Amino acid sequence: MIATRPAPGPVEEPSARTGDRQFRVLLATMAAAVPVVIGAILVALISAAWPAIHRFGAHFFVTSTWDPVAGTFGVLPFIYGTLVSSALALLLAIPLGLGVAIFLSELTPGWLRTPVGFFVELLAAIPSVVIGLWGIFVLVPWVRTTLEPVLKSALGFLPLFSGPPLGIGMLAAGLILSVMVVPFIVAVSTEVMRAVPSGQREAARALGATGWETTRTAVLPYARSGIIGAIFLALARALGETMAVTMVIGNVPQIKASLFAPAYTIPAVIANEFTEATDDLYVAALIYAGLVLFIVTVAVNALARLLVNRAARGPSVIRE
Amino acid sequence: MGQWWYRGGATLLILNVALGTALVALAQTVTLVGAGATFPFPLYSKWSEVYAAERGVQINYQSIGSGGGIRQFIAKTVDFGASDGPMTDDQIAQAGGRVLHIPMVAGAVVPVYNVPGVGPGLHFTPDVLADIFLGKVTKWNDPQIVQANPKAALPSADIVVVHRSDGSGTTAIWVNYLSKVSAEWKQKVGEGTSVNWPTGLGGKGNEGVAGLVRQTPNTLGYVELAYALTNKMTPGYVRNKAGQFIPPSLSSTTKAMEGALASIPADFRVFFTNPDGKDAYPIAGFTWILIYGDQADPVKGKALVEFLWWATHEGQKYAPTLLYASLPKSLVTRIEQTLRTVTSRGAAVLP
Repeated sequence: MIATRPAPGPVEEPSARTGDRQFRVLLATMAAAVPVVIGAILVALISAAWPAIHRFGAHFFVTSTWDPVAGTFGVLPFIYGTLVSSALALLLAIPLGLGVAIFLSELTPGWLRTPVGFFVELLAAIPSVVIGLWGIFVLVPWVRTTLEPVLKSALGFLPLFSGPPLGIGMLAAGLILSVMVVPFIVAVSTEVMRAVPSGQREAARALGATGWETTRTAVLPYARSGIIGAIFLALARALGETMAVTMVIGNVPQIKASLFAPAYTIPAVIANEFTEATDDLYVAALIYAGLVLFIVTVAVNALARLLVNRAARGPSVIRE
Repeated sequence: MGQWWYRGGATLLILNVALGTALVALAQTVTLVGAGATFPFPLYSKWSEVYAAERGVQINYQSIGSGGGIRQFIAKTVDFGASDGPMTDDQIAQAGGRVLHIPMVAGAVVPVYNVPGVGPGLHFTPDVLADIFLGKVTKWNDPQIVQANPKAALPSADIVVVHRSDGSGTTAIWVNYLSKVSAEWKQKVGEGTSVNWPTGLGGKGNEGVAGLVRQTPNTLGYVELAYALTNKMTPGYVRNKAGQFIPPSLSSTTKAMEGALASIPADFRVFFTNPDGKDAYPIAGFTWILIYGDQADPVKGKALVEFLWWATHEGQKYAPTLLYASLPKSLVTRIEQTLRTVTSRGAAVLP
């Protein structure tokens, strides 16, 4: 790269070039720090989890028993709980978040945008333990006495909504996670939609598009990659969230079709059991579970990125 | 401007002098570092405050959990460990020295419930408790429960069992009791700080279990006695070995220690659940401080043993106000003997 450059002319001061070079080295070091840290985490996880990896191997992924007394460990129900609660959260948060974002960017008068945006960002700033307490004292009773009975009477024939309404369980976890990730979707999506050049909107309008048609055909396709980025951020938050989830999910390692049933997630079991785990294999199994979470997160992100790349290959200009 | 500088310099000087004095003071006092169980933390921090004022010895205790306490104790990064469960033989072998378990206080674990129309003091027999937590007794009006509570208006509702989801000494005591009273529990589930629960929901911490029990009708859970008392939860009475249904309290917990005295081994490594004694509440356990029987540093060793002596004598008076059950005199006598065995460089630490 340096070789292809023209030789320094007489006007160029050598000190400026030295500064450039030093700056580049500095930035490269900073950029390298991220993969190095990730690599170090991975190495530390693998070495600390080694007794459990050696003992359980790949069976760890498909075993459903988590029995610290007998020393039998498997993370299948935890993987299930992590993925389903996050998926449920996104299912609820994406339409809601996008709705709010479209409203804020396309429909709100300017004077209202700032206060509403402020409240959305405030929601993102609430510590998760506080959201968890709100979950226990407000959300869970409401789910038990109102939401679950309604769902059960309307859709009780589906296995998804069967079983006793306890309030606590997968549904409550999905709801609380959606509350926590909505601000991410709203904040980022609003910004990218506001960044869409007004020429795009004006062109759609000039062709006779209505307000909704303008948003759908001119704004959303233009902002698509940014919106997908926002959803990634939300997904990452949902997968790793610990405190609020463990307070409302019921913490039972099982795989049940019903959303009313209690479940468990990987971050929750690590947070719950790590402090009092005395046995070496037990600690190793918990760290192995951490490693699995790492793998699951990377896999989900890679999968999502693959989908995005495929979607992004399509035309990003206005269709129709 | 000049004045500002001048004043700044003066402040700095004062700060310097103060720091110097503090450093000198620091060099003279002994600081003991400990880590472990969260359950006794309020008591240990009270002790630390009082002891620093009375004897000038700083106790720095970090409540990182029993598991972490035992690990740090084995790694010898702390002067003492603290745990709600005794160390296993393997762990003692890893520690590689004479390990002493010194009981500090005891705590009880209490069944709490929320059954609409049923007041406090529901009677639980050991069999019923085990069968409920095994998922075999599922209705509140099960004949076994009705038989022990002929006067209570028990509904035909499903029992919602609530247990701790986090590993804890509370769970260890609870499942140790169930293992003692039910052969089936012992064989199917066993005991530990976390177990593979046959039934029920998991709440995080005492507050998680309490929150679930308080809000959800027809629940049965278990919390620490101190937590049940301060939060005015409806406690159940558990039938003890002598056949009495005992209200959980600090005094019935101390009675349990007295009742268990004959069966407590010389090293104190025991869960004394289900003890003898007419007034003994049957679900209780010690919290221990872990020390090495041979102290490397004679100055620190002496300070540590003196602190433990103080804690098991004068320090006990702070226990009831913080809702811990104090040790009975008969047990303290035995602890004295153990503390006298601590040595440093071949000589006994205590005179």
